[in-house]
Amino acid sequence: MNALIVAGLLLVLLGVAYQSGWSRSRGLVTADGVKIHSRPQYHGSFVAIWAMVPTLVILGLWAWFGGGITRDYTVSLIPTDIMMSLDQVGLNAAIARIGALASGYGVTGESPAWEQAAGDALRSFQMLTFVGVLVLALVAGGAALVYARSRINARLRARNAVERVVNLALLACSAVAILTTVGIVASLVSEAFRFFTFIHPFDFFFGTVWNPNNAGSAGNWGSYGLLPLLSGTLMITAIAMLVAVPVGLMAAIYLSQYAPAQLRAVAKPMIEILAGIPTIVFGFFALVTVGPFLRDLGNLVGLSINATSALTAGIVMGIMIIPFVSSLSDDILNQVPRTLRDGAYGLGATQSETIRNVLLPAALPGIVGAFLLAVSRAIGETMIVVLAAGNAPVLRGNPFEPVATITVSIVNQLTGDTDFTGPQSLVGFALGLTLFVITLGLNIVALYIVRRFREQYE
Amino acid sequence: MDMVAGKVKMTQQSVKSAMNPTDMLERPIRLTARDVTVHYGAKQALHGISIDIPDRAVTSFIGPSGCGKSTFLRCINRMNDTIEGAKVGGTIKLDGEDIYDPSLDVVELRARIGMVFQKPNPFPKSIYENVAYGPRIHGLARNKTDMDEIVVSSLRKAGLFEEVKDRLNEPGTGLSGGQQQRLCIARAIAVGPEVILMDEPCSALDPIATAIIEELIDELRENYTIVIVTHSMQQAARVSQKTAFFHLGNLIEEGVTEDIFTNPVNKQTQDYIMGRIG
Repeated sequence: MNALIVAGLLLVLLGVAYQSGWSRSRGLVTADGVKIHSRPQYHGSFVAIWAMVPTLVILGLWAWFGGGITRDYTVSLIPTDIMMSLDQVGLNAAIARIGALASGYGVTGESPAWEQAAGDALRSFQMLTFVGVLVLALVAGGAALVYARSRINARLRARNAVERVVNLALLACSAVAILTTVGIVASLVSEAFRFFTFIHPFDFFFGTVWNPNNAGSAGNWGSYGLLPLLSGTLMITAIAMLVAVPVGLMAAIYLSQYAPAQLRAVAKPMIEILAGIPTIVFGFFALVTVGPFLRDLGNLVGLSINATSALTAGIVMGIMIIPFVSSLSDDILNQVPRTLRDGAYGLGATQSETIRNVLLPAALPGIVGAFLLAVSRAIGETMIVVLAAGNAPVLRGNPFEPVATITVSIVNQLTGDTDFTGPQSLVGFALGLTLFVITLGLNIVALYIVRRFREQYE
Repeated sequence: MDMVAGKVKMTQQSVKSAMNPTDMLERPIRLTARDVTVHYGAKQALHGISIDIPDRAVTSFIGPSGCGKSTFLRCINRMNDTIEGAKVGGTIKLDGEDIYDPSLDVVELRARIGMVFQKPNPFPKSIYENVAYGPRIHGLARNKTDMDEIVVSSLRKAGLFEEVKDRLNEPGTGLSGGQQQRLCIARAIAVGPEVILMDEPCSALDPIATAIIEELIDELRENYTIVIVTHSMQQAARVSQKTAFFHLGNLIEEGVTEDIFTNPVNKQTQDYIMGRIG
């Protein structure tokens, strides 16, 4: 309710400010007949920005500090004798109860008279501060509006000022993405370092046993060797690529070179729908259909294949990334200039010779880039592996046996009760960092290759 | 620059002295087109083109953009087959043999009728491999020595060998525009074609590179039947012995180059040559 009122008032202020700037600017034109520097819209926006900035600053300051002030006031409402009897937890509970009484929501049970009184006092305090802050903000905004409006004249460079503000807004938006990345990496790194105070990095990166003791305490943490997880991840990724690369590439070649237009119009969206299936759906497809099928197939030829195994997860993951490989490769094949194809045809090359000898070599760097992007996707994939790989963090080379991956182990360590004080949960950050470094490296290599390929034809 | 300009002038003179109009008309006919039409989907791009192309001479197609001259050129080696929705009608015969006969192998046809494109399009391979590609797919060389010979002689015929002999293993895409185009000509020659089609081969080149290619075309005429599409009337006048003028998908007028440029019969041809349409 309060938020709606604030938003409504802000919109009204915005509209009034814009309109007043705009009309004053229009007035300039008719009165003097002089050429004004900026068009009326810019004057309107100029005044609107001026009016909004102090308003938003005051509201923002209240949002930031208001909580603390209200809390201090609430504490002061608690009678001294009761205050003496409360510990930290009890104090927080009391503050929460008073807050609930003030808002009228979430009150349970009978409350003593002092609580009731404190609740009423808090309610009027909140009302007062809310109205006070709002009035203050609007007055400041109004004052800024009047000031900005008084500055409008024919020479005022309102357009430049407005464009500078827009520029800053755009910069702020891109900063959000960048700062988020930096923040995530920073927290990964710092938490990973905390993990390494428990477990030596050498034991983590080169350890061959993964056996965290989830109930353990100092001296009995268990072993956190990365290698079993890394080998599982790489095995599943390799199997996935063995499935996705040939199928995806052949599909791309067929669709971009051989398929008649009508078929392409149907088949391309169909393949891309495959990319839209949630990975969890692929996961139970693996668990329910592919796993048992592979096990039975194994029985038939005398191989012992587990229903949940690296093979199952890898094959299904490969199917999942087929559209990824095929649509990227398709784009890259279509980017190869038509003149190159014509050149080969003009020499009497057949279609398959043209594709093998001219098209694919020309597109190869781009296709390699696409594969690396697909690999980094496969390495980071979680849901399919959780369901279909069997979660057996053991170092072994047999793809017919269950394995565990880095992503699955992160899920295992961070679900349930976690307090981030021991290596049991902190290892999640070290694993996440490892994963991040691997995929980042692959992405950088892939982007570098793709860019080099682009330069060749521009 | 002076030297090149002199060369061009010389070439012009040599063309005129080498072949007079009557000579031209006595040349045996290599290609005959009768009533050729092309549709791109519902749109008709060519309306019944009939023309004879003489042996070992340069025939040029001129006309404003979109007049169908390139479309007709691409009919001659069936490059229109590679364009979806293109339909070709009428007959085109090479030495009396219908090239649209279903029993004819289009790969073989394109080996006999080479093509050079508007934009130089060397493959992203080495200079050597660019030239060797055609002979390789057609199995023209029995061994490495054979192949070397084909590559060198093709580059030599294209007037490129002296410039690239020390860097045959460097990528063809690293050459200058004019050199790339001559590499493409060498690549076409290497297959041993009888006819070479050129689709505005100089339109992406500077004047000096253009002069060199024009001189090369004049030399190639000794051994090959050449058909060139050009948007430059000066170029048509300089290099060709026979000229055909296309307009809006129709063949308006054809004849000995000198006649077309000095004494056009058709009003539209006259207008185009005087620069009134285009």
